[in-house]
Amino acid sequence: MGIDTENISLKKNITSLFTKKSSGIIPKTLTLTSVLIILTVLAIILFDIVVHGIGTISWEFLSSPPKNGMESGGIFPAIFGTAALVMLMTVAVIPIGVMTAIYLHEYRSETSKLTRLIRIAINNLASIPSIVFGLFGLGFFIGFIGNGIDSMFFEGSRPVWGQPAIIWASLTMSLLTLPVVIISTEEALRTIPQEMKDASYALGATKLQTIRKIILPQAMPGILTGAILAINRGAGEVAPIMFTGAAYYLPYLPSKLNDQFMEMGYHIFVMATQSPDIEATKPILYGTVLVLLILTFSLNFLAILFRYKLRMKKVRT
Amino acid sequence: MKNLTFKKKSKFIEFIGEKFIAVNAFVALAAVLLIFIFIFKEALPIFYDEYIQEEVTIEKMIVKQAFAEGREAKFSWQPNSDNPRYSLLPLFIGTLKASIIAMLFAIPLGVGGAIYSSQFASKRMREIIKPAIEMLSGIPSVVLGFFALIVLATFLQNTFGFTYRLNSINAGIALGLTVIPLIFTISEDALTSVPGSLADAALALGANKWQVTSTVILPAALPGIAAGIVLGFGRAIGETMIVLMASGNAAIVSSAFTDSIRTFSATIASELAEVVFGSAHYSVLFFLGSLLFLFTFIINMTGDIVLIRLKEKLQGGK
Repeated sequence: MGIDTENISLKKNITSLFTKKSSGIIPKTLTLTSVLIILTVLAIILFDIVVHGIGTISWEFLSSPPKNGMESGGIFPAIFGTAALVMLMTVAVIPIGVMTAIYLHEYRSETSKLTRLIRIAINNLASIPSIVFGLFGLGFFIGFIGNGIDSMFFEGSRPVWGQPAIIWASLTMSLLTLPVVIISTEEALRTIPQEMKDASYALGATKLQTIRKIILPQAMPGILTGAILAINRGAGEVAPIMFTGAAYYLPYLPSKLNDQFMEMGYHIFVMATQSPDIEATKPILYGTVLVLLILTFSLNFLAILFRYKLRMKKVRT
Repeated sequence: MKNLTFKKKSKFIEFIGEKFIAVNAFVALAAVLLIFIFIFKEALPIFYDEYIQEEVTIEKMIVKQAFAEGREAKFSWQPNSDNPRYSLLPLFIGTLKASIIAMLFAIPLGVGGAIYSSQFASKRMREIIKPAIEMLSGIPSVVLGFFALIVLATFLQNTFGFTYRLNSINAGIALGLTVIPLIFTISEDALTSVPGSLADAALALGANKWQVTSTVILPAALPGIAAGIVLGFGRAIGETMIVLMASGNAAIVSSAFTDSIRTFSATIASELAEVVFGSAHYSVLFFLGSLLFLFTFIINMTGDIVLIRLKEKLQGGK
């Protein structure tokens, strides 16, 4: 009974804080606490990684291959593999993403059924879990296309294309990053004033010419932002490449499209979970994490810079 | 005459150009359909292949199975045993536990942060909060998984004395960190898109700042916040690397949050590499993938519909 009345009076106290005279000091403090917790956690993570990783990073670490079962040496093959992966991915995803955005924005009205359907698809593509992309890469690119090529052109039992390879990993990754490119290109297309396009048409230019000479150059910052964000995402995701091409350790660098490759994120995963002596690999592990973080953060920073420039332009026009 | 041929040619190029662009625009649509088809296609043998059905059927995945005759029937996920059993229950419980912890951690922080940033924060403070959130969302999940595995797990075990170092609380908190930016961004978007005229009207009636927030802005933005939470939940269910690294990967049926867990996504990630192409186990893993796909598809559609309706409503009120 006593507790009950206490509860009621407590409730009254709280509600009275929220009525007329309350200035919202309690909700303000509570929500501020949320913000501070987020900031603190972020700071702790970054601090921990920087402090433990900075000592490992040296030119040798960045430029030499792993030695002694990952317990010493560097991560050059992983950096090289990551770069190769995102480059191939970018080559595949940028043209498709940009053209999709142009088609939706320049050729189709916003309300047409087809536009809506494609938009729904883009939205869903963005929300599919990355591991499902990995499954798809295995089932479609390797199982269907790769094996298909093998059975058509190559005789013999050894798979040539029907096996994990950098080309399949980057194609899988390009599907994963496609929505990112489309969305940021569209954002840029929206900033191009209609008058500019009208002027181009008035001078007798066709639609394709207008797209090439007016729209694409104007949308370039947005396309670059999209590319950077896509690279950022592609460099960080591990689940899609686990079965489609990433390897634990390779004595050589990938030189053909059907080679396997090492990758930084996968390298971190393998070292963290499968190392026989975690204490011995820790410095290298932290070093790799720091390199990956620096890479993704600088890409993010670049993207923010480009977007900022784009916004400034929007304000001016 | 010359002029005419030029025009004809350019018209042809225009036509080809448009078709080429249109074909590319269908890649996204085709990708979603192909993903759907190929994931389900590999899972399909469970439903008709007799050879595979000897090992696993939908019924066997749901009902308790005994290891051998006369032994006690249990829900167990043991695909590599002599008598493989594929009960989904331990994985379902694991997925649920990790996402519950993640949401318990992320909702107050994400929504609270969004309310603060949109209602109370000074411009300067906002310039700190927003990049911080972007940074958080920019951390690759494998890095968060690594942090949870190496640092957070030890810290939690030392503080709370968990029996198992890697458990659903550890994985859930790390998972929450990937969900916070999503909830924050969508909630903040919803809160700031409430038309200023509504707030002005309330202020004119004599309400103070917090009363405006609590009685006008929050209710109006509530569907958006809810959508953010739902989408965040979808993200938590599908996230792979963090749970793979930080959850202990033990498929056990238990209600204790301090036990190790194994989720759908982590099961696929850890077992697919060793599985025989076309075997029962292979099909089951693709079946898990299908479940993940369907689940996130439904969640995403729901969230999107809510957000679109909200946008229409708020813009209509302007």
